[in-house]
Amino acid sequence: MSISLEGVNKHFGQFQALKDISLDIPDGQLTGLLGPSGSGKTTLLRIIAGLESAEHGRILFHGKDVTRLHVRERRVGFVFQHYALFRHMTVAQNIAFGLEVLPRAQRPPAAEIRRQVADLLEMVQLGHLSSRYPAQLSGGQKQRIALARALAMKPEILLLDEPFGALDAKVRKDLRRWLRALHDELHFTSVFVTHDQEEALELSDRVVVMSAGKIEQVGGPQALYAEPESRFVFDFLGHVNVLGGSLEQQRLSQGDAWVQMPEGVDCAGEMQLYLRPHEVRLQNCPALHAHLPLRIESISLIGAEVRLELTPCGWDAQEPWEVGISHVEFNRWQPQRGDRCYAVPDVGHLFGIEQTRPRTLNWVED
Amino acid sequence: MSRTQSTLRIGDQPWVKWSLIGLALTLTLLLLVIPLVLIFAQAFSAGPGSLWSNLTDTYTLAAIGLTLFVAALTVPLNLVFGVFLAWLVTRFEFPGRKVLITLIDIPFAVSPVVAGLLYLLLYGSNGWLGGWLADKDIQLMFAWPGIVMVTVFVTCPFVARELIPLMQQQGRDEEEAAVVLGASGWQLFRKVTLPNIQWALLYGVVLTNARAVGEFGAVSVVSGNIRGETNTLPLHVELLYQDYNVAGAFTSASLLACIALLTLLVKSFIEWRQARQRMPVSDQSDSI
Repeated sequence: MSISLEGVNKHFGQFQALKDISLDIPDGQLTGLLGPSGSGKTTLLRIIAGLESAEHGRILFHGKDVTRLHVRERRVGFVFQHYALFRHMTVAQNIAFGLEVLPRAQRPPAAEIRRQVADLLEMVQLGHLSSRYPAQLSGGQKQRIALARALAMKPEILLLDEPFGALDAKVRKDLRRWLRALHDELHFTSVFVTHDQEEALELSDRVVVMSAGKIEQVGGPQALYAEPESRFVFDFLGHVNVLGGSLEQQRLSQGDAWVQMPEGVDCAGEMQLYLRPHEVRLQNCPALHAHLPLRIESISLIGAEVRLELTPCGWDAQEPWEVGISHVEFNRWQPQRGDRCYAVPDVGHLFGIEQTRPRTLNWVED
Repeated sequence: MSRTQSTLRIGDQPWVKWSLIGLALTLTLLLLVIPLVLIFAQAFSAGPGSLWSNLTDTYTLAAIGLTLFVAALTVPLNLVFGVFLAWLVTRFEFPGRKVLITLIDIPFAVSPVVAGLLYLLLYGSNGWLGGWLADKDIQLMFAWPGIVMVTVFVTCPFVARELIPLMQQQGRDEEEAAVVLGASGWQLFRKVTLPNIQWALLYGVVLTNARAVGEFGAVSVVSGNIRGETNTLPLHVELLYQDYNVAGAFTSASLLACIALLTLLVKSFIEWRQARQRMPVSDQSDSI
């Protein structure tokens, strides 16, 4: 079931949590709402569910206006950040709740409810816990039960508020993979809220990046990472290395550092060059088109590549630079902490001070 | 480890410990235990036959009846009122919410006699509303409705006071989950809210009941002390005592003491249940 939002606004007292949000969430996709805390992503999710009311604007499910429809009538599945399991009910009673409160005419017979609960417990792989109470479960188990409870009503829309926020890294990774598999199997429309970029990019078909009550950009994970449309999205999705300086005669310079722009860049003035960690190479001597002296500050070996943290020598950056190199490269080069090296950009993104959209630059001849 | 090596905790000097324990025991004995024993001793002093005749005295029976009647009206009224109030101030945001939470405590802050006088001034036949009601032939003061009104006033904070902190701590999450799952307002209350607050609610009810049965000050102002009609058990005790019927006074007093002991018993049981409910259940070692 597709979800459409048209011009939704929301205030909490003086604070405007959502500013004129319009968004289409296609049927059957897993959409991530990503943003820092206070960006309005949870409020947006709660408005879709009907737990908060929207000021102005409309909410449509599959083209049908549900703006005035009560939460109870919207029939969405909702998974709360802190699970919100009923503490005085067993796991089985929790899952059965949605079926038990149906009007008598629609309520399945007791045996049928028992069977459905058993099926759901099987699906979340926790059949052996049916008579436990929530206080007796681990965080990951609670989250699965919360999900099973939401799915008991066979909703066509599943909303999840920071579903993995309170779990430790290992459990989080397992559950993430499991949720993706479940979504692919059952094909409901899912929307989940997260402040974790990695989680959003890994799990979603589409990501909605929000900041300060507005949508910054909507797109697939790849498109968002490769072509951010604003400084905010650039900063928020992964690490970024910045060189701020003045651009004159096709050369961006600040202190000892400079980068020669490729052919066809004819603008001038105060500019910022954004470089992703993988768009930069490190070498022992400066290249023809770039002079970016750096000192190795720390080396992190864990992971698929070696991550180096670098500080500028003879120029300034607000945050240290980060560059990833392969383990093979690392073993050949054998850099030490304190060594000096030079960064060479392959691809970069140039922002004017007033500009919100970058201009993508390419130094590599294809 | 030998005794001399263990470090004493702060204040853990033997003489401090034992003198404090001794002081506490002496005070408890003098102020609580001896008076309680005396009540029963006095009640039984004239023999079981006289105890029985004192108990079955027409006026005593009437006082017992009125006291139970007032409690039977007050407790349900304040139960409903307390639950509504607690729900209101913990589940909704509105201007004046904080003021309302403070106002709940007024009956605790005001002396019961003052409360009685206020009701007398307002609802008495010379009073502001009372005059108008008297024209309609409705008498509130010096009759049972007045006694119920002041008892309700004096006991109204107990239930709400017990529920508000608990409901604040539990938050709205479970209720929101229930509504999303399709529960109606009544189902929400019966299946989710009530089970979560039931022990605190019962605790509030027990306290309300104890106070409703034992209230003296406010009731004595509005009752008019008409024997057999507007005399509650505490008022009856005083009346008998003033009549130099000491055995009779203590018989009625022992009844009140019995109710108090019963209340304590129920209260301890509820506290034990609440503690058990809050206790974290033993750690589970299953993985996710």
